[in-house]
Amino acid sequence: MAELIIISTLNGVLYGMLLFLMASGLTLIFSMMGVLNFAHASFYMLGAFLGFQISQWAGFIPAIILAPIIAGGLGALIERYGLRTVHKHGHVAELLFTFGLAFIIEETIQMIWGKLAVDYRVPSFLDFSAFTVYATNYPAYKAFMLLFSIAIFIGLIFLLTRTRAGLIIQASLTHPHMVGMLGHNVPRVFMMVFGLGTALAAIAGAVAGAAFVTQSNMAALLGPILFVVVVVGGLGSLWGAFVASLLIGLLQTFAIASDWSLSKFLGGSFTPERGTILYDVWTVTIAQIGPILPYLLLVLVLVFRPTGLFGTRDT
Amino acid sequence: MKWQMPKKLFGLAAAGLVAGAGYLALPQKSEAQSGTIRIAYVDPLSGPMAGIGDAGLKNFQYILEEINNKGGANGKKLEIVPFDNKLNAQETIVQVQKAIDDGIRIITQGNGTAFAIAISEFVTKYNERNPGKEVIYLNYAAVDPILTNAKCSYWHFRWDANTEQKMAAITAFLKDRKDVKKMYLINQDYAFGQGVRDLALKMLKERRPDIEVVGNELHPLAKITDFAPYIAKIKASGADSIITGNWGSDIALLIKAAADAGLQVNFFTFYAGGTGGPTAIKQANLANRVYAVGEGFANIDHKASQDFEKGLRAKYKVGLFYPRGVNQMRMLAEAINKTKSEDPKKIAAALEGMKFEVFNGGQGEMRASDHQFMQPMYMASFGPLKAGLPFDEENTGWGWSVAGKVDPKDTNVPTTCKMNRPS
Repeated sequence: MAELIIISTLNGVLYGMLLFLMASGLTLIFSMMGVLNFAHASFYMLGAFLGFQISQWAGFIPAIILAPIIAGGLGALIERYGLRTVHKHGHVAELLFTFGLAFIIEETIQMIWGKLAVDYRVPSFLDFSAFTVYATNYPAYKAFMLLFSIAIFIGLIFLLTRTRAGLIIQASLTHPHMVGMLGHNVPRVFMMVFGLGTALAAIAGAVAGAAFVTQSNMAALLGPILFVVVVVGGLGSLWGAFVASLLIGLLQTFAIASDWSLSKFLGGSFTPERGTILYDVWTVTIAQIGPILPYLLLVLVLVFRPTGLFGTRDT
Repeated sequence: MKWQMPKKLFGLAAAGLVAGAGYLALPQKSEAQSGTIRIAYVDPLSGPMAGIGDAGLKNFQYILEEINNKGGANGKKLEIVPFDNKLNAQETIVQVQKAIDDGIRIITQGNGTAFAIAISEFVTKYNERNPGKEVIYLNYAAVDPILTNAKCSYWHFRWDANTEQKMAAITAFLKDRKDVKKMYLINQDYAFGQGVRDLALKMLKERRPDIEVVGNELHPLAKITDFAPYIAKIKASGADSIITGNWGSDIALLIKAAADAGLQVNFFTFYAGGTGGPTAIKQANLANRVYAVGEGFANIDHKASQDFEKGLRAKYKVGLFYPRGVNQMRMLAEAINKTKSEDPKKIAAALEGMKFEVFNGGQGEMRASDHQFMQPMYMASFGPLKAGLPFDEENTGWGWSVAGKVDPKDTNVPTTCKMNRPS
């Protein structure tokens, strides 16, 4: 049992940290523009494919450095020449713009790399087991992913709270006009934030792509859960995104580890007939409903705490 | 005021999603060609299961090339036309309709029982309403017993052994494996996976009541990218063996996660041979511990099929996943030659009850009562290539070797089909 709990915690925290890398960018961009970026998960996918391509040419380390830089640069350009123009026409136009962008990125990726999964592998120098918990090996690459994402998290917090650039970003998010009056170029700050946000998503993609599966539907698989994280954490709150990411990561992982069902809970005192709807409800395990638990959480949060766990404004 | 906007936006976004999906549903172009007999291949060619759909397409292209080189059917060439169903039931019907609108009257599909049932029902209804324009459905891999039992159709023919037959073969093999004591069941959460689970529970109880079932898991189909949490649970259960019906990326990723965690158990599988499976088994170093049930394997000692395998690998760089696909297409060609007609109605009548020398050798028969093909089955295990065996998989240096053969009489499960034949 202890083995299962330790391994599940490690798996859950890892999944949560990956979610956070993506959700942090999304929530920053939301704070800035007041619009959810529908294409955010697409930058995660783009990061994975760029990571794959660069690792083919130049190796893994250049891949995880260059892929986010390229994707982030692309994000900044899209903000500068796309979103900024659309911004004049209001939020609806902006939202539709990011929505269309998601399709364009997906189709482009399919055109370049095809519809099949690409063979993006864990680099050989990280392909061993880092340590053993009781009898279960923990792969070095996953340990690397965990440490890497924690390092980025710390770096991000440092950037936003301890540097001059971070202070200007924070001020621009809440009081853009005042910051502009003080002589800072606010649109440029917005462009940098958009670039940074997409770069964070691309880092997650470049790192996770090697461990999981890199294919052209990975954005669609991850997109919805990202919105759950941002809403549960509170739109625009970085700490909220952090807590919600870990919460959802652990929730999903522990749900899978659990075999509880209504019939087990009630001690088998009553068993409905097989084949009836009641039987299904009675015997479905938490592991089976695991994938919908985050959405249940989303609904509950919206009903009982519309601002999200750490948010200060209505969603 | 500013922050109320997104509420409206969500509505708009939903409308956009619908519009977007509509755009994606635009049919692909395929040109009608005279002088060929076209067969629509309706399977996933994008998304997580595209690896399987793509390899299957290559299999069929080569199978048809071989038939065409020998003169085709009725003097015409056979041609396979791909349609991407995106692993989605609605899209499947859209694509079948598209194929029919294109003038194609032979449909083949295999991946996903839910889609197979949808096609079978659609084709049956279509044929009732359009006499003289019948369409026939050749099923090479959707194995839910229901298709040849409660929901059997005269227009549906299945060349793959159904779940019940495969489980009968696995449990027959397990009879002599006294080292197997604790079994874990992990399957995909839809009709097929649930069927595998139920049959495993039932047949283990009958044939190996001493085996303890220590886990029984269903997970979402084609949505899991990391099976590590499931592997942790399997490990905690103390299982020494796993039975799984997982296919496509779900079996490859399951074994990959087992490799990462160092889980050493026996895998009794339906489809470990699919794309990515062999590579994962090699990585996990599970020599001779992963078994697959099937109607044929590359290393079966049978010259004609090994020559065929060599040709396929040289041309498309993939192995033959579907020996049953060869049986299916060769029997189709034979039915067309025999009736001197491309009319699906006559083809169906000729296929019913047809006896046939199967691809890997031995006698097969398309059972007339339910249109289920009866054939010899094999259990194969995967490990370092044994001396004298010609084929490895995915350049691993490991290959399949036959661990047991099951005769058709041992998988001759009864049917409840009441076939409704056209007058």
